[in-house]
Amino acid sequence: MTTMAFPIPRPTHPTGIWNWITTIDHKKIGVLYGVTAFILFLTGGIEALLMRIQLAGPNQDIVSAEIFNQLFTMHGTTMIFLAIMPLSAAFFNFVIPLQIGARDVAFPRLNAFSYWTFLAGAIILKISWFTGGATNAGWFGYAPLTSVQQNPGTGIDYWIVSLQVLGIASLAASFNFLVTIINMRAPGMSFMRLPLFTWMTFITNILIVLAFPVITVALIELYFDRSFGMNFFNVARGGDPVLWQHLFWVFGHPEVYILILPAMGIVSEILPTFSKKPLFGYPAIVLAGAIIAFMGWMVWSHHMFTVGLGPIPVTVFTITTMAIAVPTGIKVFNWMGTMWGGSMDFKTPMLYAIGFVAMFTIGGISGVMHSMASSDAQQQDTYFIVAHIHYVLFGGAIFAIFAGIYYWFPKITGRMYSETLGKINFWITMVGFNLAFFPQHFLGLDGMPRRIYTYDASMGWNLWNGVSTAGVIILAIGILIFMHNIVKSWRKGELAGGDPWDGRTLEWSIPSPPPEYNFAEIPTVYDRDDWWARKRREVRRGVPVAGGSGEDEHHDIHLPQPSYWPLVVAIGLFIGGIGLVYPVGMYAISMVGVFIGTVAVYAWSFEPVNDPEEGEQAAH
Amino acid sequence: MLKSAVILNKLAGVVLLGILTALLTGCTTIINPQNPQSTFDTLGPVAENQLFIFWVIFFAGLVVFIFVEAALLYMVFKFKRREGDGDPAQTHGNTRLEIAWTIAPVIVLVVAAVPTVQGIFYADAGRYISANYQAAADEGRFLEVDVIGHQWWFEFRYPHPTNAGEQIAVANEMYVPVGEPVVFLLDSVDVIHSFWVPKLAGKVDMIPNNDNMMWFEAYVPGEYFGQCAEFCGVSHANMRFKVVAVARDEFDRWLLHQANPAAEPSDPLAAQGKKLFRDAGCSGCHADSNSVIKLRDDGSRIPGRTGPILNHVATRLNHLGMFRNSDVDFEDASGRRLYINSQGMPADVTTGRSFINESMLQANLKEWITDPESLKPGNLMARDGEPYIDPANELTEVEIDALVAYLMTLK
Repeated sequence: MTTMAFPIPRPTHPTGIWNWITTIDHKKIGVLYGVTAFILFLTGGIEALLMRIQLAGPNQDIVSAEIFNQLFTMHGTTMIFLAIMPLSAAFFNFVIPLQIGARDVAFPRLNAFSYWTFLAGAIILKISWFTGGATNAGWFGYAPLTSVQQNPGTGIDYWIVSLQVLGIASLAASFNFLVTIINMRAPGMSFMRLPLFTWMTFITNILIVLAFPVITVALIELYFDRSFGMNFFNVARGGDPVLWQHLFWVFGHPEVYILILPAMGIVSEILPTFSKKPLFGYPAIVLAGAIIAFMGWMVWSHHMFTVGLGPIPVTVFTITTMAIAVPTGIKVFNWMGTMWGGSMDFKTPMLYAIGFVAMFTIGGISGVMHSMASSDAQQQDTYFIVAHIHYVLFGGAIFAIFAGIYYWFPKITGRMYSETLGKINFWITMVGFNLAFFPQHFLGLDGMPRRIYTYDASMGWNLWNGVSTAGVIILAIGILIFMHNIVKSWRKGELAGGDPWDGRTLEWSIPSPPPEYNFAEIPTVYDRDDWWARKRREVRRGVPVAGGSGEDEHHDIHLPQPSYWPLVVAIGLFIGGIGLVYPVGMYAISMVGVFIGTVAVYAWSFEPVNDPEEGEQAAH
Repeated sequence: MLKSAVILNKLAGVVLLGILTALLTGCTTIINPQNPQSTFDTLGPVAENQLFIFWVIFFAGLVVFIFVEAALLYMVFKFKRREGDGDPAQTHGNTRLEIAWTIAPVIVLVVAAVPTVQGIFYADAGRYISANYQAAADEGRFLEVDVIGHQWWFEFRYPHPTNAGEQIAVANEMYVPVGEPVVFLLDSVDVIHSFWVPKLAGKVDMIPNNDNMMWFEAYVPGEYFGQCAEFCGVSHANMRFKVVAVARDEFDRWLLHQANPAAEPSDPLAAQGKKLFRDAGCSGCHADSNSVIKLRDDGSRIPGRTGPILNHVATRLNHLGMFRNSDVDFEDASGRRLYINSQGMPADVTTGRSFINESMLQANLKEWITDPESLKPGNLMARDGEPYIDPANELTEVEIDALVAYLMTLK
């Protein structure tokens, strides 16, 4: 068989910028995700800082009402879709293949495609600041505020297109990780031996695969309403704005768990490592994660308790929401059981992980308070909710992400971060965070609604708003110290060695940073926490069981080759998306994007194999 | 490095304890129920019930909070790794313990669910109406008020006390009879808003084409702050209103007065303002003399004009529902309070003088007409109003004074 003549050979750039652009190495893509998402996290932080400065005192005029509304909409959208989700994805990418004893993900080029498509979506959202105003209808985009009559500018269109493009990125990544976790586990790595982070990633990606289609449909309907005069949400023509709310929250509530389950996974790795004890009640924690994910689909209307659904539905959603507190509680108690009687070493990752348990508990308790629909009628859409989501998403997700960054930093870079700076960073962040968000509980109970750009001095909200702003500034200092620590240590930290933490899972069994091929020999797994068991020469309790790829160990190492095409497809999506915002000349710009994307998909499919050995095999 | 880390750890512990103490004391002293929108100063049965449920779950949550955080602190000190420590005992779990901490929260939640579900049904207006319909019908007194959201003001429509099939419209400030349940039928003409008077009841959204309802009752006479609680566009923050609760007979006087047109202006400047009100285009969106709007034959509501009704604008205690027109508090330390005098006007109970401070009202009106955009960014009047978009039709200082003088006669 002759190889098809192909004009563009596969790229071979061992180093430099082209190496990063064409890489399909899961570790490098993980780093790309992490760095990009962290920069976007900073942009969301600046948006938050501007809002807090505006609200530091009553009747201030630092930003206009219109800009303020864009700020909080962009802040929410950015932090959820461009910061926490891709930061989690960074860990999926870097850690999952290492934890399951694989050499890469199942579809390496698809993985690169996910990253570049995510970047395209992020750029589409962020450039809307400079194209005549960003979206300003809240991250939840309630109809009819998003209608073309109410919102004739392009901000909403940018938002729709960006979320669609990000959805493609998320879905591609999720299928990739599901297939990877199901098919590429090392021999003996049965599901009940999976590290907890891998388990939570698995569950999270199931949620993404099921939840994103719902928001996709809702956004298409909204786009059709705006662009083609359809009437899904148009009240004047019999549409129903409440339909949007149902669609949005059927996606939006599982999304909450998409944000928090990876964080729970990270913490479930760190607590055992730094307590030198196995995870307490591993099966219960896994099961609790699965139950949370399943029940996450039954609680969406608790975001709509004041919509007037009627007492029966409100009662049902009150009870399902209260019930979801039970598996969440199981996790918290099991984490405490893990630490109990342990030998706890308060390295920075551990501090952040304990901080996570402490802060997430507060967010969880206020969450249960919101589940009580009748008292929630006073809290809905007030700063009490703002406090709650920040305890869950900052004190929860972001704390866990910081814990994860510090934990895996030596593995990623081969170097150790500064422990002193790490501890300073933790305590400043902890103090700043609580100062910023705890008083918002008081503000909410004092009747301060969310999403207001100004308030009157007579309302009694001056003190706590001032304190909250001061807290955010301290928080920002904490973030700066974090950045300083990471940048400095990346360049000239002490060498870390392969297993600086006396780790438990397979990623610690290989050098830091891991070689391109990860494992010289695919390990055979006999135990949960296999690496720890191997080090402690524990009697092998288990025997290898069926499961995992069972890859032939005596083969030479195959590595997937770099490729241009994932990036080109993403560029096609970017141009196609922009064309949906500016539908000039029968969507001419979109057509260009579709053309580029289609060509690139074909090129991707017919890409020559550039691996001499693979070529040899094909010749046989 | 090691030493500094130890000091840091100690310091951190102290700081953490300090913060916890500050927060706990803060909770008890810093939330001030006197604040105008505090949810802790419940002055009606619905808000009272909601606060009760809040306390139930708050104390349950507090127990969990103290248990978890105290256990964490204990473990941090007790199980800290020390030099030369070996591996601790490798426990993998404890089934009994795990079952216990699964069942315990279930019990707490089941207990908390009982008053919550009762509360959900208690606050439900539909149920309230059907349960009390007969009694109310017998008494002939069952006040139902239409509340209509606009970007960014509230319209209230009362049933006309004598003329069936007619409604009386007011804007941004509503009166209710004290000690009587009032039912609100919530609607919106544009986007979703939310009707919220924290001291009287939790919020219910006002959604176009969705017939939402709520009810509340005010125990004591007073002026209650309300604010839109669902993000509704540029000036969401400025969508505020007031609820004034007065005795039933005073309420009746007030309502009847609102139904009548205000007296014809005698002052020449005001008369000029009245003419200008039409010539400058104000009357295109604002009704200035007639508050009564007929219902359609099928009982459905006829939309009013685009802007807030201005008949009796000079009787409102607050301008735009947010700026005081009065320098007197509804109720001060000596117990003096507002009442509705025989002319249907808010007046001081001891002196009988009008409650409205004329110069405050004048300044408020003038500020608004001069530059509405700065007070309510994005409002339709500044966006589409002829005098504000066409420089040729811009209002002169004299014209503004005339308009203000006219509006001040709308008592």
